[in-house]
Amino acid sequence: MTEAPPTTSDGGLSDETFAELHEIAARYPEARSGLLPMLHLLQSVQGRVTPEGIEACADILGISAAEVAGVVTFYTMYKRRPVGDYHVGVCTNTLCAVMGGDAIFERLKEHLGIGNDETTPETPGQRSITLEHVECNAACDYAPVMMVNWEFMDNMTPQSATELVDDLREGKEIRSTRGPRIATWREVERVLAGYPDGRVDEGPGAGPASLVGLGIARERGWTAPATHEQGPTGSPADTATEAAEQADTSRAETETKQEEGHQDG
Amino acid sequence: MADTLTPVLTADWADEQSWKLATYERNGGYRALRTALRMAPDDIITAVKDSGLRGRGGAGFPTGMKWGFIPQDNPNPKYLVVNADESEPGTCKDIPLMMASPHTLVEGVVISSFAIRANRAFIYIRGEVVHVVRRVQAAVAEAYAAGHLGRNIHGSGYDLDVVVHAGAGAYICGEETALLEGLEGRRGQPRLRPPFPAVAGLYASPTVINNVESIASVPSIVGNGAEWFASMGTEKSKGFGIFSLSGHVANPGQYEAPLGVTLRTLIDLAGGVRHGHELKFWTPGGSSTPILTAEHLDVPLDFEAVAGAGSMLGTRALQIFDETTCVVRSVLRWTEFYKHESCGKCTPCREGTYWLVQVLTKLENGTGQEKDLGVLLDQCDNILGRAFCALGDGATSPITSSIEYFRDEYLQHLTNGGCPFDPVASTLFAAEGAR
Repeated sequence: MTEAPPTTSDGGLSDETFAELHEIAARYPEARSGLLPMLHLLQSVQGRVTPEGIEACADILGISAAEVAGVVTFYTMYKRRPVGDYHVGVCTNTLCAVMGGDAIFERLKEHLGIGNDETTPETPGQRSITLEHVECNAACDYAPVMMVNWEFMDNMTPQSATELVDDLREGKEIRSTRGPRIATWREVERVLAGYPDGRVDEGPGAGPASLVGLGIARERGWTAPATHEQGPTGSPADTATEAAEQADTSRAETETKQEEGHQDG
Repeated sequence: MADTLTPVLTADWADEQSWKLATYERNGGYRALRTALRMAPDDIITAVKDSGLRGRGGAGFPTGMKWGFIPQDNPNPKYLVVNADESEPGTCKDIPLMMASPHTLVEGVVISSFAIRANRAFIYIRGEVVHVVRRVQAAVAEAYAAGHLGRNIHGSGYDLDVVVHAGAGAYICGEETALLEGLEGRRGQPRLRPPFPAVAGLYASPTVINNVESIASVPSIVGNGAEWFASMGTEKSKGFGIFSLSGHVANPGQYEAPLGVTLRTLIDLAGGVRHGHELKFWTPGGSSTPILTAEHLDVPLDFEAVAGAGSMLGTRALQIFDETTCVVRSVLRWTEFYKHESCGKCTPCREGTYWLVQVLTKLENGTGQEKDLGVLLDQCDNILGRAFCALGDGATSPITSSIEYFRDEYLQHLTNGGCPFDPVASTLFAAEGAR
């Protein structure tokens, strides 16, 4: 596991970081598209977004520091105050809240002695934790859900949540219930900047709830209809060509619907 | 008549190392890509149109038609952008799909980009799911190494580059024009339309933006044919979709079924509502779709029938709440979410969601008055249809629908001088006394 690149001795950004910021901007047809991952990279290096980091992005992208700051303040994952070794998120959107997320969040605030968006004080021999209630993290079938450094911790209880944060503080190795060994917040921010950390093959492909429907279908012999590939009637390409022959009428319909139909989706 | 469950996208999720290219190819992966590369791009668009596939991100706009809007005579580059910013409360299908089978998405990206003649594609994944980001990054790298991406793909002369882009925490970036702003390195605030993204999207160039599940469905359509896809589902809502059951059911999880399946069938498959309890209310497609009740258990879950029942199919995010759940508390929490996530660009949404929270808080803690219900409905009336994008509209859905079905419960809070529900009773660990 590679550590996040170091800062220079005076606390400034290293040449290596500048090189990576340029590298990120170069992934896109227009450099400014790199801003979100560039800010993730800065968080991995400095533990937050600093005024110096904002200036660096502004210089590289040729925009004002105010424009960069406007972006930093818009997105909740960017932190202007130092984040602890572990960012612990508790989902308190309605479904998780009802299923126990509210009770978990209350218990953790009390147990850690901090409020929302606060960090436990630096204590020798202990890792620090930043606690935050988060919005729906797309794991509702595993409610109540917590996130540690944006890795899933599924089906939590107040009891398992307090044990989890105690283990984190003691520096024990923790595995996500649907993911890898949990890295530090800074290491994870580097992945979000587009630099893989080698943990991709850890953890399962899917958790138990993701497989419930598939399991029932297999048990009962339910499948999608047989395809032409399995039958005698021809290859998929033939089917698509046949489908293409019906194009004229559908195109005419398209044009009439063009004005009325545009929506998200 | 198709089977009750029809695993296609979810079919290989239980395989050993399901996310690896070798596993995906062993299961027939990237064969549809080779088929597609031998087709004329317009014929792929036609096949997707004929399949009847409608956007799986919530709005249900026909995918092939969206592709057909791209002006091919426009001299600018064309772009495909995948909306993987899954954040609608209750929605939890794209995240497990990308974690278990990222190559299904990547293959869909290549075929779809080829169809619309894009040489660049972007997968915009919300940042708060780092393991999913890892899996998609690795799948893209594997696809490059295998020649499924890059220069002259499989000798076709077609080039495609894909960038995996992590967001940074903003529900609004699920709105397609706000997503484009985020992808351009700006605050994620929606754009005025027209011009639509098909004409002036990313970098003011023709752009298709599709949901993960929509794009992931494309290989199966190209591989098996439009008729095969259309043989599932209902008259105007064709094909299969992932239905996500969460909350107070015995076995929450992902159930892939033809559109038109009912909640009664799905809850039955899920082992019923939590033992000893009964269904109180549910969302058909996330918190932005008006809530429904037990009287809607037999509504076919397709675009038309759910709309007929006064709600929206949305993302098939079926959040199930039993009788221990306070509807006022639930709606207040969703409203706080909309207030937090309002991008601030337009007044009805920015100010309106603020005031909705004020009034709902008083109602939940019993300090409001009956006339506050009228105030709430009036506020909703001033947001719905007047906000810049669908976020404001969505914020009103849980409020107006809950007052329609549970007006008495709101009033009960007032006569009771506070919430009459024990929050412990609704938790997963209620039996253990919320330890």
